[in-house]
Amino acid sequence: MIALIDYGAGNLTSVRKGFAAVGAELYTPATPTDLDRAHAIVVPGVGHFAATAGLQGPWTEAIRGAVARRVPLLGICLGLQWLFEGSDEAPTVEGLGAIAGTCSRLPQGGGLKVPHVGWNSLHVSQSSRLLSGVAENVQVYFTHSYAAPVTPETAATCEHGARFAAAVESGNIFGVQFHPEKSSEAGLRMLRNFAAAAQG
Amino acid sequence: MLSKRLIACLDVRNGCVVKGVNFEGLRNAGDPAALARRYNEEGIDEVVVLDVTATIEGRRAFEATIRAVSGELFIPLTVGGGIRTESDAAAAIDAGADKVGVNSAALADPALLTRLAWRYGSQAVVVAIDAKRADGRFQVFSRSGSTPTSRDAVEWAIEAEAHGAGEVLLTSIDRDGTRAGFDCELTAAVSTAVSIPVIASGGAGTFDHFTEVFKQGQADAALAASVFHYSEHAVAELKRHLRDQGIPVRC
Repeated sequence: MIALIDYGAGNLTSVRKGFAAVGAELYTPATPTDLDRAHAIVVPGVGHFAATAGLQGPWTEAIRGAVARRVPLLGICLGLQWLFEGSDEAPTVEGLGAIAGTCSRLPQGGGLKVPHVGWNSLHVSQSSRLLSGVAENVQVYFTHSYAAPVTPETAATCEHGARFAAAVESGNIFGVQFHPEKSSEAGLRMLRNFAAAAQG
Repeated sequence: MLSKRLIACLDVRNGCVVKGVNFEGLRNAGDPAALARRYNEEGIDEVVVLDVTATIEGRRAFEATIRAVSGELFIPLTVGGGIRTESDAAAAIDAGADKVGVNSAALADPALLTRLAWRYGSQAVVVAIDAKRADGRFQVFSRSGSTPTSRDAVEWAIEAEAHGAGEVLLTSIDRDGTRAGFDCELTAAVSTAVSIPVIASGGAGTFDHFTEVFKQGQADAALAASVFHYSEHAVAELKRHLRDQGIPVRC
């Protein structure tokens, strides 16, 4: 069972539908202790980084505990940003800190709009379980204004005014800035790969 | 590089897809879920479902239709028509919409955009603007193009962005259903005035119309109905045409 954490940052219908399409079973934990039975954890989220304040405290501790037990963790969109130490968007809110670095706003200008909305291509920078079977330059659906820096954990990058971490992977910690649940076949492939990681 | 998006619009009335000319004379054109499935297979980038008669008839966009369409798609789905309150938006989103398009209700109460953005994020809030040329400006109309307002499309787009809208769905009433080409002047005026993406709508008839609206109109996305509707090869052929013109599109 994959725990989908609902901390009030947006709508989870599409994420549920995406995992259902690849045959994964989801549940929404009511309390942090409900994470004890999770085979994997998904932290979704859209909107302002301040929304991740809802994860601070007991949820963060329970997620840290699960990660320490080698339970796979996937952050989607805001959930990827939350894997880092924090974001300029809400400097007082701490991220999980599993990956060093701080998220910052994408540069505007030169005819490029921010938010970055639409289909853009992935440059796969290292082999990864999450991106297994996903072709170089495949296009996926983004919608965000802030982005994570490229670090050694970056599995794929994308460029919009600046190059940023589109996918990260470090041990059992995974993250995607785009929305795999809205990225057609390539996105479903990644959800399937994560569900496979959840089964060991 | 960010691709220009091609969006298929399903104008739905009483659960069936219809297509009008200049917002009137609707005629029946098929089952929404079947069309959504076909468009998805053909490689469309996004789908918009509009309940074209919802506001006038005081109805909510049919949740069953939204659910059926969203069941076919793993690409973004926007739902518009008759969304007047947060609970209308919640019903559409719970039924599977990723974004909601708000038109008449946002004109009456722009703070609705803010409340929706707060709850679902700006990326889920699309301000739909129907505009018509009048006295050298672009006048905004509400209620499916039936009611003139005192607003100017460019000014309203700027205001809507400030209120929390994450995208603009901009329809030219003059061009809607005519297949005479998008209103590139209107599109460019709005697109250069806001930093959120602008979806051009109304008037698509030929592949060159899309080239024009992406180049001269500076649109981020283009929406059409009949161009995609009547040929099963249109999406792929249009993308090939745009790529040949140097316009980035999703393969």
